[in-house]
Amino acid sequence: MYVAVKGGERAIENAHRLLAHERRGDQTVPELSLDQISGQLSLAVDRVMAEGSLYDRELAALAIKQARGDMIEAIFLARAFRATLPRFGMTEAVDTGTMQVQRRISSTFKDIPGGQVLGPTFDYTHRLLDPTLAGGMVPQRPATAPVPEAPMPRVTDILKSDGLIEPSPLEEQGKPVGDLTREPLSFPADRDLRLQNLARGDEGFLLALGYSTQRGYGRTHPFAGEIRFGEVEVEFFAEDAGFAVPLGAIAVTECQMVNQFKGSATEAPCFTRGYGLAFGQSERKTMAMALVDRALRARELGEDLVAPAQDEEFVMSHSDNVQSTGFVEHLKLPHYVDFQSELGLLRKLRAEFEQAAQNENRLREAAE
Amino acid sequence: MNAPAASYNFAYLDEQTKRMIRRAILKAIAIPGYQVPFASREMPMPYGWGTGGVQVTASILGPDDVLKVIDQGSDDTTNAISIRKFFEKTAGVRTTTATAEATVIQTRHRIPEEPLHDKQVLVYQVPIPEPLRFLEPRETETRRMHALSEYGLMHVKLYEDIARFGHIATSYAYPVKVNARYVMDPSPTPKFDNPKMDDCEALQLFGAGREKRIYAVPPHTKVTSLDFEDHPFSRYRHNAPCALCGANDSYLDEIVTDDRGGRMFVCSDTDYCEKRRADGHRGTEGAIGPGFETKTLEAKSSETKPPEAKHG
Amino acid sequence: MAEQDNEQPLLIAEQLGKSYGRQLGCRDVSFKLYEGEVLAIVGESGSGKTTLLQLLSAQLKASAGHVRYRMRDGVTRDLASLGEAERRFLFRTDWGYVHQDPALGLRMAVSAGANVGERLMAVGWNHYGRIRDAATSWLDRVEIDTARIDDAPRTYSGGMRQRLQIARNLVTEPRLVFMDEPTGGLDVSVQARLLDLMRTLVAELRLAAVIVTHDLAVARLLSHRVMVMKGGEVIETGLTDQVLDDPREPYTQLLVSSILPV
Repeated sequence: MYVAVKGGERAIENAHRLLAHERRGDQTVPELSLDQISGQLSLAVDRVMAEGSLYDRELAALAIKQARGDMIEAIFLARAFRATLPRFGMTEAVDTGTMQVQRRISSTFKDIPGGQVLGPTFDYTHRLLDPTLAGGMVPQRPATAPVPEAPMPRVTDILKSDGLIEPSPLEEQGKPVGDLTREPLSFPADRDLRLQNLARGDEGFLLALGYSTQRGYGRTHPFAGEIRFGEVEVEFFAEDAGFAVPLGAIAVTECQMVNQFKGSATEAPCFTRGYGLAFGQSERKTMAMALVDRALRARELGEDLVAPAQDEEFVMSHSDNVQSTGFVEHLKLPHYVDFQSELGLLRKLRAEFEQAAQNENRLREAAE
Repeated sequence: MNAPAASYNFAYLDEQTKRMIRRAILKAIAIPGYQVPFASREMPMPYGWGTGGVQVTASILGPDDVLKVIDQGSDDTTNAISIRKFFEKTAGVRTTTATAEATVIQTRHRIPEEPLHDKQVLVYQVPIPEPLRFLEPRETETRRMHALSEYGLMHVKLYEDIARFGHIATSYAYPVKVNARYVMDPSPTPKFDNPKMDDCEALQLFGAGREKRIYAVPPHTKVTSLDFEDHPFSRYRHNAPCALCGANDSYLDEIVTDDRGGRMFVCSDTDYCEKRRADGHRGTEGAIGPGFETKTLEAKSSETKPPEAKHG
Repeated sequence: MAEQDNEQPLLIAEQLGKSYGRQLGCRDVSFKLYEGEVLAIVGESGSGKTTLLQLLSAQLKASAGHVRYRMRDGVTRDLASLGEAERRFLFRTDWGYVHQDPALGLRMAVSAGANVGERLMAVGWNHYGRIRDAATSWLDRVEIDTARIDDAPRTYSGGMRQRLQIARNLVTEPRLVFMDEPTGGLDVSVQARLLDLMRTLVAELRLAAVIVTHDLAVARLLSHRVMVMKGGEVIETGLTDQVLDDPREPYTQLLVSSILPV
């Protein structure tokens, strides 16, 4: 006799208990601490902060632990938490020109004021798995040098003062910066919303799109004008105090791409910009972001729209990995009611098809 | 460390967010069938798993409301349970599985069989709010089509179906025209449920969290399914009574009972089926659980017998 | 409609011009087009004829001058004053636009029947059988085998696609049709058949038409009047036979006497 399925609630509870158990793993093995994750898997933490749109290393580390290392799940946790936080307002724009630089490189010039500072980077390492890391090792003390007094102007500012690169698109006076998390997105979108969307966007998706532009799908002839990583001050304008109050410093990575030059009937040609900014040391992310930012400016720069990276609606609708994983994974939810309807329709069509074939055979036989 | 806040606002969302969503709902009610953009919040469940419906419900729920949550017509499917528990935890409202008792019903993919009344609100979970989306992927273009009432593309699709299959080949999420103006996606309910939306006594709200749209059908609004005069809209229902309660008028789920092609058809709406069985109706498979006598009744019998025993 | 209305011009261009920054599209174009009249705009590529066609069909905004059109209700309106809804409605009902590449004017993945029936459905036709009958009769009229009604134009030859595009445009009985090199890219023999068909339809339906072409043979066969363009300006205009038989301007004489590359 058929018994209707019940007990879903208990099944869910048991599943969650099992999950918690699996997450902890072998209990004779020491449990991961948030300090370990934040300190030794810092790039993972940086990514969760960047795409979770929340600057808090400890929370990001907790999210990674809770998510068992699944980055998108961790990003989801960060975002959901962010949504519950009260908002005080908007900070002043951070000034990356006054950044405490840990790393700063430019491929457009051999040498620049302030010099090329390699900083902590995987670049030029040989990708050979190092077994000494398995056992634990004490790293050598890094080389040090006094912090240079010389200013480190941004390369793009240098080019701008010679008129060689377009000025940063000016803010219209009085026009507030949009906020993707407060307003529904509608197209066409202005650059502020586009950049916000890209900053939160999935690194893999943007990486692929950026790569595609380099391979000819909307080529923009990019040069890495500057990539810098370090801490910047965050300031908040306090109404009562009447001045901007420093809240602290955050680590960010900034990438300025110098792209295909452009002129018009009324203006002399100059280089164009692509911009990327993200929390933490997120070079791949900011470089990809800058490539896609520039590709998305195709419309305003009068270029032909021929490639996916230039398609604003396509890029912005699919860049958010929390949204995309939600919808892809929702296919796991029961869909049997709709499937039943489809089955019904299909059976009907097949029956009609058979009937028509039989009728045709009968006619043919009758004709013979 | 900043520990996450242990207590949440009533129904999770902060009041400002609820106000924003209610404004969108009011606008939607004022323009039946029109998709109102809203700033969907990140919720503790994934996009695609009901965040739109949850945000709408959270915004309209009051402490005296009675909430029912169903998925595929059943109160006991995993996601319905998960959402119901969410509101139990964050709003502390009374929950029920009885359609007639609920004041707010959140649903995925079905409309309850029992007709709704004017003290109820039906909140639909919507994955893709745009009925033209699969014909025209660009939002800028579909927005224009709605604004200018340019629905030729939709009719082209229906025409193509008939030319190719002899029938309109849409079995669920069947597009409707609301208040003779906007073409709307009723959410992936089977087309069997479409007529229930027409002239409904209850308020119908639709929430799409990931796509960030809310739309509405106010009570007693005209909702007609798109069709051709010579290929009129028809409901599909598997032609058999429910094996458990004998109902001939409810949408049925197909249950695979063995690996030799064994099949059974039972009501998708579990509350409707249970109520009928409590009233004494039976199908060919008899009753479930202890305390019921197995009887075989004529499927169309309206004889009301008092139940032999209460079921737990 | 009153008899005298039909004698009012249908389409009026007044000192129409378009420039792109320092680049000239076209300049100072004026003419009047009447119902049932066919005007050919001829010139080499770069002459500005396509820009002019787009200005006349309100797809481009003029930098100078006006385009006026007499609507079905008899009122003559400046196209620049039309709202988007009105303009799109006009395009679907009272106007036709035949592209050189039929893929631009058709839904390639949708059946021929749906392609022809779409405009009818857009104005409210709601009976599948009747829509299909109308589509069938139009396919017949443009000499497409009606058995192909359920095939998508992807499966059609170039000439058939063009005829389907014409059917799609004419199904709502427009009064004015714009054509951009309608026979361009087709075989000579296919062109001849298509031109013959177009001439018949234009006459039967009393269509007014503006046809852009580099091919003088097309102009001679289809148009009553011709406008010769060079470098964005109209250098000669008049009755087709007169202009082509007895061209006054040296450039026109050059066009008439030489064989222009396709």
